[in-house]
Parts: sequence; C-alpha cells; structure tokens
Amino acid sequence: MADLLKIAIAAAMINNVVLSQFLGLCPFIGVSKKTKTAAGMGAAVIFVITIASALTHIVYYQILDRLNIEYLETIVFILLIAALVQFVEMVLKKMSPPLYSALGVYLPLITTNCAVLGVAITNISDSYTFVQSVVNGLGTAIGFTIAIVILAGLREKMEYNDVPESFKGTPIILLTAGLMAMAFSGFAGLL
Amino acid sequence: MNNNVQIIKERLFNGIIKENPTFVMMLGMCPTLAVTTSCINGIGMGLTTTVVLTLSNMLISLMRNIIPEKVRVPSFIVVVASFVTLVQFMLEAYLPSLNDALGIYIPLIVVNCIILGRAESYASKNPVIPSIFDGVGMGLGFTVGLGALGAFREILGAGSIFGIYIFPESLEPIRLIGLAPGAFFVLAFLVAAQNKIKASRKEKGEVVVEACTSDCGSCKTCIDRVKSVIASDKEEFAKVASKEAEKKEEN
Repeated sequence: MADLLKIAIAAAMINNVVLSQFLGLCPFIGVSKKTKTAAGMGAAVIFVITIASALTHIVYYQILDRLNIEYLETIVFILLIAALVQFVEMVLKKMSPPLYSALGVYLPLITTNCAVLGVAITNISDSYTFVQSVVNGLGTAIGFTIAIVILAGLREKMEYNDVPESFKGTPIILLTAGLMAMAFSGFAGLL
Repeated sequence: MNNNVQIIKERLFNGIIKENPTFVMMLGMCPTLAVTTSCINGIGMGLTTTVVLTLSNMLISLMRNIIPEKVRVPSFIVVVASFVTLVQFMLEAYLPSLNDALGIYIPLIVVNCIILGRAESYASKNPVIPSIFDGVGMGLGFTVGLGALGAFREILGAGSIFGIYIFPESLEPIRLIGLAPGAFFVLAFLVAAQNKIKASRKEKGEVVVEACTSDCGSCKTCIDRVKSVIASDKEEFAKVASKEAEKKEEN
C-alpha cells in the first residue's frame, strides 16, 4: 500500500507530467483559458489515461509478451489509444449524455496528447505490475489536472494585468508555467 | 531535371528558414523543451526526427493514391510508428548513450505534430522526390532549432558546450536554465522575440507565416475536427431533446 502511495505521489507531484516531463503541453497551453474548461479537460485526461494504462498493460503482457513481439509496442499502443478514445467517446455518448457533453469536445484532442502514450511506455519500461500501472496512470493524470487547473486560475487573474505587447499570449503562459515548475521542483524532497 | 533541382532547393530553404518548425511554426514543443538540456542531445533528437520524417514522407507520398481518404490519419500513424520503431532499434544498437539520454522521447516522436503535419499537408499531395526533400528540409530546420536552443541552455546553464567547459572559474553558470523551469523561460523569451519581429514585419506590410501558437485550437486540422464533432453533437442532442419532449407530451 505504501508502495502504491509512493508511486502515486511521485507521478502526480515530483515528476509532474507537464512541469517536469514536458508531456501534454498542447492541451496544457491550449485549453487553460478558463478554470471550468481546464477542469473538464483534466477529468477527460484522468478518465482516458487510467483506462489506457490498464489496457496497454494487459495487451503488452498477455499478447505482445507471449508472442515475443514486444518490439511492436509503439505501433500497438498508439493504435490502441486512438481506438480507446473513439470507443470511450461512443460509450459516453450512449450511456451518459451529461458526462459526454461535459467531456466530449476534449476527447478527440486527447488522442494526440503525448502524455497518454508516455505513461503507457513508462509503465512498461519501469516494469510496473498491473495495479502499479493503473496507480501510476491515475497519479500522472491527477498531476496533469492539478497543473492545468492552477494555470487556468492564474490565467483568469492575469486577464486584468498589463502584460507587455510582445509577451501577450503564449510567452506569458510559458513564463507562468516556468514559475509553477519552480514551485513544483520543491516537491523533490517529498519522498 | 533542372526543375527538380529547383524544387529541392526551394523545399530545403522552406524547411530550414522560411517555415522553420522551431523558430517560425512553433511545432513539436514537447521534445523541444525536454531534450534541449545540452546541444548534443538537441542535435541528436533533431537528426532522429529528420530520419523518421524523411522516411515517412517518402512512404506516404508513394502510397498517397492507395490510402483511402477515410482511414488516412490512422494509416499515417502506423507508417510513422513503424519507422520510429526501426530508428529506435538502430539507436539502441549503434548509439546507446544517445538512446539513454533521449529515453522516452524517442517513441514519442510518433505523436510529434511536425511529422503528422507534414504527412497530411505535403507528402499526401505531392510526388516522391519533393516529399523526401520536404522531410529533409523540415527535419534539418528542427535540428537547427533544437541545436541552437540546446547550445544556449548548455552554455548558460552548465557553462559548457559539447561537454567542454568554457566559463572562467570565477563565473558561476545559471543552473536554473538547465533545469525544467529554465526550459519554459527560454521558450517564453523566444516566442516573445518572435512576436516582436512579426509585429514589426506586419507594420511594414510583409506576409507573415502564422505559427501554431501551441494552442491546439489554432491548428486547422484540429479545429475542423472539433467543429464537426460539436456540430454533429448539437444535431444529435437536439434530436434526443425533441424525442424526450414528444414523450412527455404523450404522457
């Protein structure tokens, strides 16, 4: 149990997926204008990454490993994730329209989110067990959500600030992200 | 033949200078931030991407008339992923130190938007030779960008270049630039400088290539897709709502 908690905290805080590993930067910058949409994106990412971690783990050890075709990892994982996102989209549409209307728009954007593939590959390269993989996926996704919601909150406040002309838009967001990364590097002593 | 040479030159110029993926188009930000801790890593990542980009552009251009329109993107992804796997094996075998330094970012070349972007916007519409050189040009442009950023961060952050120490001992390097926050800061100033240059060029009335502002919504392919999703959803929700309303009326 302590072992799982360690993995979750390390994934969410210490090796934060955006701020220290630079994965999933596009949605981090693109969908962080309002706290509400940022939270929606975060929820969609938690949903997809957790399922993807479980699924890729099963496929790797039950199919690829048994047939000795581990080298197809990258190809299989990316197709699996693309198919999974489509599938989740369809299931949500049928089963839970309110949840779909909240997350739906973000789902197609997640296919190209490198965090999903990144987590799946890390799970395999660190040889995590099934439970550890799911926990690592969940932790990573929670870390992403924390980061994007904080950034969205800061950006809402920044609307009223007088930013120099050349720094408007992406540069000031990147500067903010840099300051957040500095704050998050303080978690390094946590474990 | 002369015509071909002209196209090749134009493609190389376009990739390295006019539409430079790092400095002008701002594409592939994840690897740009992650691997530019040193100049050699930046160049290694750039060249790896160049190889994948050239090969995938070539194959996609060869198959451009066979691939059905509807399964275009998945087929591109499979082609790119296969080449990434091949290149990863080559690196593991011949350059293990670079492979260790780049780590997870090598398989992640698959989701680098430069590669899918070039496949979609150039290779799937043009003959083989221009597509190959489009890949070479774009790849070298990316290499130049990553190499320059890597050199900048290595000199300021570690006081060395290619691992050779160049700072006088009394001068302490700014360690922060080499760490994660530094990556964000350097990129922020790069984009700001680019905004400044673009603004002054716009005032002069020159045509400016618009960058992908790291805002997924600004990319044309993404925005079209999202729009179509939203449109189809609205229709379906309207249908569901009207059906429910009918049921209520019946009751």
